[in-house]
Amino acid sequence: MPQCRPFGTTGTKWSRFGAQRYDHAALPTGMPRRLFFVALGAVVLGILIAAPSALADAFTPESGGSQNANDIDTLYKITFYIGIVIFLLVWGVLIWSLVKYRARRDGRADQIRGNTPLEVGWTIGAAGILVVLTVVTFLYLDDIDNPPGSGPNGLSAAAGQFASIDQPDPPTDGGPILRIRVNGQQYIWRFDYPGDEQLFSYNKMVVPTDTTVVLEIEASDVIHSWWIPQFGPKADAVPGHVNESWFKVPAGKEGIYKGQCAELCGPNHADMRAEVQAMTPADFEQWADHKRAQIAAAGEALARERKQREQEAQQ
Amino acid sequence: MEAGTVTRPEPVARPEVVMHGPRSAPRGWLSWLTTTDHKKIAILYLFATFLFFILGGVEALIMRLQLSQPNNTLVDPETYNGLVTMHGTTMVFLFVVPVLAGFGNYLVPLMIGARDMAFPKLNALSFWLLLFGGIAFYASVFFEPPQAGWTMYPPLSDDAFTGGGGVDAWIFLIHLTGISSIAGAINFIATIHNMRARGMGWGRMPLFIWTILVYSYLLVAALPSVAAGVTMLLTDRHFGTGFFDPSSGGDPLLWQHLFWFFGHPEVYIMVLPVFGMISEILPVFARKPIFGYKAIAASTVAIAFLGLLVWAHHMFATPTPTIVLAFFMLSSFTIAVPTGIKIFNWLATLWRGQIVMKTPLYFAAALPALFTIGGISGVMLAIFPVDWYLHDTYFVVAHFHYVLFGGSVFGLFGGLYYWFPKMSGRMMSEFLGKLSFWLMFVGFNTTFLVQHSMGLSGMPRRIYDYDEALGVSVYNLISTIGAFILGIGVLVTVVNVLWSLKNGRRAGNDPWQGNTLEWFTTSPPPPNNFDVVPRIRSVEPMKDIRREVAAASVPAETVAQPVAPRSL
Repeated sequence: MPQCRPFGTTGTKWSRFGAQRYDHAALPTGMPRRLFFVALGAVVLGILIAAPSALADAFTPESGGSQNANDIDTLYKITFYIGIVIFLLVWGVLIWSLVKYRARRDGRADQIRGNTPLEVGWTIGAAGILVVLTVVTFLYLDDIDNPPGSGPNGLSAAAGQFASIDQPDPPTDGGPILRIRVNGQQYIWRFDYPGDEQLFSYNKMVVPTDTTVVLEIEASDVIHSWWIPQFGPKADAVPGHVNESWFKVPAGKEGIYKGQCAELCGPNHADMRAEVQAMTPADFEQWADHKRAQIAAAGEALARERKQREQEAQQ
Repeated sequence: MEAGTVTRPEPVARPEVVMHGPRSAPRGWLSWLTTTDHKKIAILYLFATFLFFILGGVEALIMRLQLSQPNNTLVDPETYNGLVTMHGTTMVFLFVVPVLAGFGNYLVPLMIGARDMAFPKLNALSFWLLLFGGIAFYASVFFEPPQAGWTMYPPLSDDAFTGGGGVDAWIFLIHLTGISSIAGAINFIATIHNMRARGMGWGRMPLFIWTILVYSYLLVAALPSVAAGVTMLLTDRHFGTGFFDPSSGGDPLLWQHLFWFFGHPEVYIMVLPVFGMISEILPVFARKPIFGYKAIAASTVAIAFLGLLVWAHHMFATPTPTIVLAFFMLSSFTIAVPTGIKIFNWLATLWRGQIVMKTPLYFAAALPALFTIGGISGVMLAIFPVDWYLHDTYFVVAHFHYVLFGGSVFGLFGGLYYWFPKMSGRMMSEFLGKLSFWLMFVGFNTTFLVQHSMGLSGMPRRIYDYDEALGVSVYNLISTIGAFILGIGVLVTVVNVLWSLKNGRRAGNDPWQGNTLEWFTTSPPPPNNFDVVPRIRSVEPMKDIRREVAAASVPAETVAQPVAPRSL
């Protein structure tokens, strides 16, 4: 006859005549067992209901601003799912053991000291998972690490003044890429664009869409780190070094992408924000022309003022 | 000589014990200042390091309060960076590493059947160097605490960007605690190699002793690197050298290599002895032998060796060739194998046991659970393209707190509850212990689980304020609430310790039916630890002794508190 016991009582295989008794040791932390399992069930159910909707946001990286960010997101998800399986395995066995094998009055613990096939098995199993992760990583690595060429709707269509835009290195099969020098300083970012005429901006980087942008990242005081989450990788800006990173905002994804310095760089580290505005190549050309004119005008004004001061000093 | 009086026999010539200037042992506070007894030194260690733990915890709570909502103005940015630096430095250099030296000091001689450490005076020196290192460091709050983070990356930590004496106080701390740790490590190595009880070969050494030995070798291997680094930083700051200054031909990345060549083994220094502790606790409470003793000991050595080869995984975002990143990714992966072996072995130790649900077991069983989360996120961070996204975000903060709090601190609390009866002679309150455990467990997960999500949403570490548009305000509020639950949980254990010292039930020699030799002596042990040291025949000498006492058919109460039979 299957035994039906009230909660908090235990009977063991060894107890005579299926005797039951109230056993404090069998209760999880003095809480009625029913309450414990109801609570556990509610938590699990809650997680299962909440997970799919929250999954997209809370458990995965930001992406969508660039293909390498999407690849990182995919790579992250693969490892995350493998991790979930391992997590469930370990927690499952642990909780099962703690509930099932708590001490009973007549109980005997199995005096097992080891099991070579089992131990070899889980060693190989763990190594196997890591081999899989290695292979997957190297499959994605090339696409994340190496910038592709610009797309057909990229800046190349309108390129003229960006003299250094067509770099031989790295070789790409697409259109020419745009190289921007990024300089981190306490607590601002400076962006220098290529070309004969000076073009630079602070804090807000403006880029054309469908164009591969390679950043040459450096710092002039302390270490900073360049990061726009939706573009994926971050890259440390280390004085004395030039670090590289790239992104390519897809056509149609024009807009503002925000990020901030990711390496402690002083008291106002938290306020060292960065912004990238992606616009169509045509708009970008317009912005660049406007900005160049502004810089040139400011330069001329400065030269005029300098001359005036010199004249004043001579008088 | 008159008749009738008792005739005294002629005094027989006896050998005379001559003592020159005998002094009575000092008592009171002086006995603590002058002690060279490993047990007293250990208690000094434990007391001082737990004080630093409380200090570091309060710093963390202030930071959490500041971050509880965006645009908060509780502390200014300078203070916040000071708190970041003090919290990290305190927890690493003044709590986890030395608290393990404290446990090691207490337990190593007892577990191997020795009467003290090999070099008792060096042992006392280790403690006082640590304490004065801590005092020198904390004195900086009276002028200007260091603000460059516990990793102290130049050029930020250089005098041009961080003046004042805070960084110098930090350098002083690293040197003093470094010498303290190396001296302590050499002491452990000498003790463990030379002073084990008869019969205790390498294969019969308790796993905690294995891990303390490996911890010691790692300290000796890794500390010189950071000692060199901070000396170079000191001369850069004050004597015009430019080791880390690119304008003088130096390189900021040199610091990162020197620092992390120490800093990563430091992680294993902080966690391996705790693994050793729970490898002692789990079998005792599961009433089973440890599963795979050799595999656990070997994996400890393997982790230590591999741990010396992974340092640059802290530098994945620096300008470094991809081939180097790939090497450090693979070397970091390999560590997951011996770590996984340990976790599976602990699970197998609980499997089909008779688990006695006492507080030490709660904490010990939480370690594999929480460390698994930290291990999984660790493997994710080892994949360098993924790390390019996650590096220096709150995901990393969550990761290393799961490793260092979920791993080390939960294990340490298990060790505290397990060995407190031995140290004090009194049991701790089970009710307060379990209350503390559940508060800490719930509080810890509430604090740190959401920090993964903060990092994934793009929140960097070490920021005193964040943009509301980042969408992390709710996560931060949850985390702050969790931190206070965690803090209350720790407080309950503090209360428990203080209460139990006076009011705890008498523990007796062996309240848990332990496996190792420290339970052979009284609680607390006498100054010489043992009058008789039994010959060791297995890795569980106390089981042998109990069996022998039972076979000698002595009364049952003697079985519970065995005395050494003559034959031993």
